[in-house]
Amino acid sequence: MSSHYEATIRKPLVIGDKSYHDVTVDIAAPVEGKANKHWWIVFTIALIAFLWGVSCIIYTVSTGIGTWGLNKTVGWAWDITNFVWWVGIGHAGTLISAVLLLFRQRWRMAINRSAEAMTIFSVIQAGLFPIIHMGRPWLAYWVLPIPNQFGSLWVNFNSPLLWDVFAISTYLSVSLVFWWTGLLPDFAMLRDRAITPFNKKIYSILSFGWSGRAKDWQRFEEVSLVLAGLATPLVLSVHTIVSMDFATSVIPGWHTTIFPPYFVAGAVFSGFAMVNTLLIIMRKVSNLEAYITIQHIELMNIVIMITGSIVGVAYITELFIAWYSGVEYEQYAFLNRATGPYWWAYWSMMTCNVFSPQFMWFKKLRTSIMFSFIISIVVNIGMWFERFVIIVTSLHRDYLPSSWTMFSPTFVDIGIFIGTIGFFFVLFLLYSRTFPVIAQAEVKTILKGTGDNYKREREANKDSHHE
Amino acid sequence: MSSNKKYWKSVEELGDSSIVETLRNNEFVEEIPTEDFLGNNDAMSSSSTSRRDFLKYVGFSTAAATLAACEGPVNKSIPYVLQPEQIIPGVADYYATSVFDGFDFANLLVKTREGRPIKIDNNTISGAKFAANARIHASILSLYDSMRLKEPKSKGKSATWSAVDADIKASLADAKAKGGQVVLLTNTLASPSTEKLIGEFIALNPTAKHVVYDAVSSSEALDAFESVYGERALVDYDFSKSSLIVSVGADFLGDWQGGGYDSSYAQGRVPKSGKMSRHFQLEANMTLSGAAADKRLAMSTANQKQALVHIYNVVTGSSVAVNLDDKFKAEVTKAAQQLKAAGSNGVLVSGIQDKNAQLLVLAINQALSSLAFVTSGTRQIRKGSNEKVAQLLRDMNAGSVHTLIMSGVNPVYTLADSALFAEGIKKVKTSVALSLKEDETASIVTIAIPVPHYLESWGDLSLTIGTYSLTQPTIRPLFDTKQFQDVLMSLNGMSGTYYDYLKANSASIITGASWNKVLHDGVYVGVSQSLSGGSADYSAAANALAKSKAVAGFELVLYTKTGMGDGQQANNPWLQEFPDPITRVSWDNYVTVSNADAKQLLMTNEIVANGGLNGSYATITTADGLKLDNVPVIVQPGQAVGTIGLALGYGRKAALKEEMQVGLNAYSLYKGFNDVQSVGLVKANGEHEFACVQGQKTLMGRGDIIKETTLEIFNTKDAKFWNEVPMVSLDHEEVEATKVDLWDEFDRSVGHHFNLSIDLNACTGCGACVIACHAENNVPVVGKSEVRRSRDMHWLRIDRYYSSESTFAGDNERKENIAGLSSSLSTFNEMEKAGDNPQVSFQPVMCQHCNHAPCETVCPVAATSHGRQGQNMMAYNRCVGTRYCANNCPYKVRRFNWFLYNKNSEFDYHMNDDLGRMVLNPDVNVRSRGVMEKCSMCIQMTQATILSAKREGRAIVDGEFQTACSNACSTGAMAFGDVNDTESQIAKLASDDRMYHLLEHVGTKPNVIYHVKVRNT
Repeated sequence: MSSHYEATIRKPLVIGDKSYHDVTVDIAAPVEGKANKHWWIVFTIALIAFLWGVSCIIYTVSTGIGTWGLNKTVGWAWDITNFVWWVGIGHAGTLISAVLLLFRQRWRMAINRSAEAMTIFSVIQAGLFPIIHMGRPWLAYWVLPIPNQFGSLWVNFNSPLLWDVFAISTYLSVSLVFWWTGLLPDFAMLRDRAITPFNKKIYSILSFGWSGRAKDWQRFEEVSLVLAGLATPLVLSVHTIVSMDFATSVIPGWHTTIFPPYFVAGAVFSGFAMVNTLLIIMRKVSNLEAYITIQHIELMNIVIMITGSIVGVAYITELFIAWYSGVEYEQYAFLNRATGPYWWAYWSMMTCNVFSPQFMWFKKLRTSIMFSFIISIVVNIGMWFERFVIIVTSLHRDYLPSSWTMFSPTFVDIGIFIGTIGFFFVLFLLYSRTFPVIAQAEVKTILKGTGDNYKREREANKDSHHE
Repeated sequence: MSSNKKYWKSVEELGDSSIVETLRNNEFVEEIPTEDFLGNNDAMSSSSTSRRDFLKYVGFSTAAATLAACEGPVNKSIPYVLQPEQIIPGVADYYATSVFDGFDFANLLVKTREGRPIKIDNNTISGAKFAANARIHASILSLYDSMRLKEPKSKGKSATWSAVDADIKASLADAKAKGGQVVLLTNTLASPSTEKLIGEFIALNPTAKHVVYDAVSSSEALDAFESVYGERALVDYDFSKSSLIVSVGADFLGDWQGGGYDSSYAQGRVPKSGKMSRHFQLEANMTLSGAAADKRLAMSTANQKQALVHIYNVVTGSSVAVNLDDKFKAEVTKAAQQLKAAGSNGVLVSGIQDKNAQLLVLAINQALSSLAFVTSGTRQIRKGSNEKVAQLLRDMNAGSVHTLIMSGVNPVYTLADSALFAEGIKKVKTSVALSLKEDETASIVTIAIPVPHYLESWGDLSLTIGTYSLTQPTIRPLFDTKQFQDVLMSLNGMSGTYYDYLKANSASIITGASWNKVLHDGVYVGVSQSLSGGSADYSAAANALAKSKAVAGFELVLYTKTGMGDGQQANNPWLQEFPDPITRVSWDNYVTVSNADAKQLLMTNEIVANGGLNGSYATITTADGLKLDNVPVIVQPGQAVGTIGLALGYGRKAALKEEMQVGLNAYSLYKGFNDVQSVGLVKANGEHEFACVQGQKTLMGRGDIIKETTLEIFNTKDAKFWNEVPMVSLDHEEVEATKVDLWDEFDRSVGHHFNLSIDLNACTGCGACVIACHAENNVPVVGKSEVRRSRDMHWLRIDRYYSSESTFAGDNERKENIAGLSSSLSTFNEMEKAGDNPQVSFQPVMCQHCNHAPCETVCPVAATSHGRQGQNMMAYNRCVGTRYCANNCPYKVRRFNWFLYNKNSEFDYHMNDDLGRMVLNPDVNVRSRGVMEKCSMCIQMTQATILSAKREGRAIVDGEFQTACSNACSTGAMAFGDVNDTESQIAKLASDDRMYHLLEHVGTKPNVIYHVKVRNT
């Protein structure tokens, strides 16, 4: 395995004097230990938010979409904004676990587990909105191409919303399988360490009878690679298809061919920001600083900076094309976006998404934990505004000035959004206490290669060789 | 089973013979294990249930279960025991009738289904002159008003008819004995038989007199006409005969002198062989007529008076000294000279409430020998005399009125001196109000008598001299009502019913026609002589008018809104929710203030975060100390500086659902029946929340939405020049955008293919189509707060745009001249604001039924798809409510059911009221919440036409296909038909040079077509 030994100038990915057993203990600790007060406080808040969201959803479904702030001109607002936002956040997981796997980026090993958990939890939030935004959500199954007794009725394959159904469900299922596959050896580790029969039973079910034989490991590697290959196109396809909800329409500001790459870049951007938000807290709370290092954060910040810049270029391209097209409706749509009644949303988006990541050019800033955390929040606010801007400012003033109007959210709109954030954190907090939050089996494979202590040892040995 | 009885079939069996035993055992080849069950003697004998009991139990429980299951929700539906011969379920019957409620009038065709009137159409038979306006279309819902007066009341308590009759008779006898005055106070009746009955009543009660009271008075015009022509009537102008129309403060497309002029006006407005009429409008408030005018001058009534004298000078060659503001002089002179040059092809009308002004109108039209000024067949629809009403008020307060019988009037609400009237009523011994509702007046009189709605009544009308129309009931009276004429007959001691009286009386009028024929046709046309024109001292009138002074402070110009009229139907949710064609505000009246005055008084209108319109409040004060607080302000482009407008007909409270109790009663300012009052106006605290359906007032220079040109360009240039088709590049060649197609075109030449044509030149924005669409398609009413949140459900809306510059052409030019970013920023900002005296355009917009519909491709469940006949269809049952279609609709015509709008306790409107639901059209389903809805091009009507032609085995003739809106359109602006019928009117319209599609460049290929608006400036 000498080829896996890293050059010494590369920074270690695991710091501190960690042995294999240390890794096991460190990662099993949050699962085996007791939750502290802070966890309970945060969990309670998240649970309350979640329950509040649930009641808002019940109110919506029982009374009607009229409880939201939508109107005849603006038929989508917070619902689809939240949908796209959550789907976007869900992007980082697959990118980290699949694309970076194929590119052999070993730093992903410390973060892919949580990134993918985040993906799954946020796709669950995202998936909620297309259902509850329907006027008659109890008929949501009609969007599935299932044989039926309604005569010759079939779904409309022309509709991007239908493509969404496929894209999101495929993404969720592939992500889930990929995630779970990676979890198997780690669950087995927890199973083997479990003291109580209950825990042992649960983790043995979850680990699907992982035995740790060589054949297991071989299949594990193969499946991971195949799934990574399968998941990679999904990274591009999901948000491409989401963007087609808008791009295939005829509304100025939506009808834009640049949307697919622009949306994918935006999704990766927001996903990485959310990973940063979560991991910066988690590494501290769960004492995982040795595995999720400053270097990890820095690398993610670089991705944020790059994707943020891509998004910025996309924004400017939109403006340019609007001008260059010579189409007055298109021109006005973008003029209105930047200077109309929702100028504040546009400039919030611009500030958060285009300007703020540029600070990451400075090494001092991108290696600052506090700063990274703030920027990660800012970016997610910005990305929420991006979707709001695209959806609401395009709709509220489209072709016929007679139909121009405004949108303002009701407490239900806000409640449901907060509810999904609560739901997300409920899931994530439960995950952080029951799942191995770092792919310890994978980390162990690189420990000898990139572990700080091993590197130091190798360095010392190298010197002695020369002498 | 514990039966101890033993049954035997033969003596042998009884005797226990073994042969019988053997035979019995061999009877069935297969062994049946009855023995296992029945053989268990212990269990059997221990049971106390006999076989018979068991069967009884089974029978009973089956019957009980069946009965319980049979209880269905058939609470209120009563099937025909004997089906009436004429009524076939599912087939509509039409009855011709006519209406005149003292304000509105029309010749109608009422559609009934299963004996229930559900829709009002225009009677199009020759001789039926007057088409229904928005209010008449909505009156069908007023029939089903659950707050109608349902029984006679005496001193506010329920009473029997006999008691009420006896009381009135006793009072009349008492009056006769004591010589007390008896007054019949009615609206203008225009009914020959009722007037005859009243004559007979007066003959029987010598102290009685008949006072006619019009809530909105045309007394001055009547006085002027009477003094010159000797008849108290109004001229029935024929604007189709005019090439030049000058209107001085007359909103003749609105309610001026009863209205109903739009169809003759529109005839002259559509360019034919290069000609169309020219229309000058001088007015204070922005009205429908002002919006339609080629040249509109915003001037106060004081200035209008001077302008009228000036025109009189020019036309008649007089030289009365006028004091006309210099800024108007050139334009008014131009109008006057063109009027003079037009000669008999010109006409002048005026709404100035001044007898001298009305005399000048007669003088000018006489001088022109105007063809449009028709003195034969004069209008009988306003007869009221201001003086007589004032006299009645004095008499009442002097205590000299003994018995007062009122019918069709609500003076406690409509009189400016209502307090005085209410005071006077107390001094009247017996006051009787015959009323549809327990309104302001009916609730304070001694006896309130419920009358039937006109759709439940008999009657006759002579709206104009020489025409005679019958009103017939279309449904049995819903409540225990008695119409005015029947009450009169009973007071006169006559036997029989009014129906008999009417029939007998009509015989002398309808010479040469049978009763049945007239009843069937609805109208009868007799002869009418042209009145010989007298004369009056016109120059004295001109001199007097020229000397009139401007009012101090603000000049308040009272008007009636297209939706509410005089306020009779204030409890009609369709009318409340009907957006005013000019301001597009519903559920309110408000004071309209000019841009300049608003700026000075710091009054504002602004769009708030949820898209709703907020406006300042104002306080209006009059010289005699009257104060109207919290009057919402609408900043009205085109309002003459120094004038303010306020609509009558609002602010009612009595017998109105809570939601309908909106606005302020402006009648209190209608002093001396003068629509122009001197008032003070100051800003008050607070903001009013309007329910306005259109926040953006201007067209933003988007000239391709409403294409327009001038008559000169239209006549001299190629159609490509003034009806420009957007060009796109295809294979590096510039081609017309309409020729580019992403899809393979279907063969649309087979079968029917429907198009709806809208001529922007003929559309006056009257809104009759909007209400007709409501009635036909069960469009829900959503209420003020929902409308405010831009959730109106109108399938058909009439967009109104103002220009930002003085003309739309100016707007387009301004937008074209934008250079650079900063210029576009500032220009677009300024273009959002309407000009001070803008041009106005109306554009009815409904689903455009695109052949390449953006909505159809995006629906995930294919709930909206294209019909073989060109319709974009909506399968409500399939809709899951993603609203993607509405978002992707470039015309924003799709309407979403945000809530359940029927049978919902939160909404107290027509679909949520047992009686109100009677108006629903059974051919169109009532949409549930969560589904999208929109215009269907009245597919239920086109299919019915196709089916009936098929059943009759004939081809469909042109004109048979109609939609609710095209049927309701009295100006001919909307035409509907099958473009595959190449000979049809619609096919010609579709290939007309003026034809264009809305937003052609999007490539939607709509089946609704528009015609370029031509202005004769």
